[in-house]
Amino acid sequence: MADGVKPRVKVPKSASAGEAITLKTLISHPMESGQRKDSSGNAIPRSIINRFTCEFNGESVIDVTMEPAISTNPYFEFEATVPEAGEFKFTWYDDDGSVYEETKAIAIG
Amino acid sequence: MEFTRRETLAVGGAAALVAMLPKGAYAATTEEWIAEFTGGADMADAGIDLTAPEIAENGNTVPIEVSAEGASEILVLATGNPTPGVATFKFGPLAASQYASTRIRLAGTQDVVAIAKLADGSFAKASKTVKVTIGGCGG
Repeated sequence: MADGVKPRVKVPKSASAGEAITLKTLISHPMESGQRKDSSGNAIPRSIINRFTCEFNGESVIDVTMEPAISTNPYFEFEATVPEAGEFKFTWYDDDGSVYEETKAIAIG
Repeated sequence: MEFTRRETLAVGGAAALVAMLPKGAYAATTEEWIAEFTGGADMADAGIDLTAPEIAENGNTVPIEVSAEGASEILVLATGNPTPGVATFKFGPLAASQYASTRIRLAGTQDVVAIAKLADGSFAKASKTVKVTIGGCGG
């Protein structure tokens, strides 16, 4: 596992039913592309997050397949519909098999 | 096996040709990505928006936005990178709009291409040239 991986997500605390809200996510990760070389000229092996998903109460909002061209500390902004109160689940899948998860509840109000 | 002067030149020439190939190979790969995504279907010019800066000072983190109303998937490619793939966004039933914003790496000045698979199964393509002052592939 890459060191110091920390997901951060920004979700409004409440929304009206059926409202479209903007979600912002950021995860600290070096996203080593496999193209860089270290000081002695050896290629640094690739180590990236290759997939990111967001679900609301088990239903998909977005599913992103990521390649090495995504910047360090991958950031995503997108929009979701909130049909009812519930929980957003954000999942990041690392090349090394690690899975990072974050959940955020949202109320209707 | 002994080389005559003529043979040596021929071998050297062939080696130089091979060394020059990768540039062409990148283009083929971009086309392969597109062919795999669209299955060789034609792409319309309308129906997708790609927002990227005209000039990016730092190729390590270039903000881009894609949106295509009703699209089920959007593929983003950086045609001038060592590997052209950037990301594929698949929108689920709860996506309020087919919009996404992220930050990408660009190795140098190049075209960024976005292709959307629209609701009716057709494809739309948008392309934007981004000038990069400092490349984002490390050294």
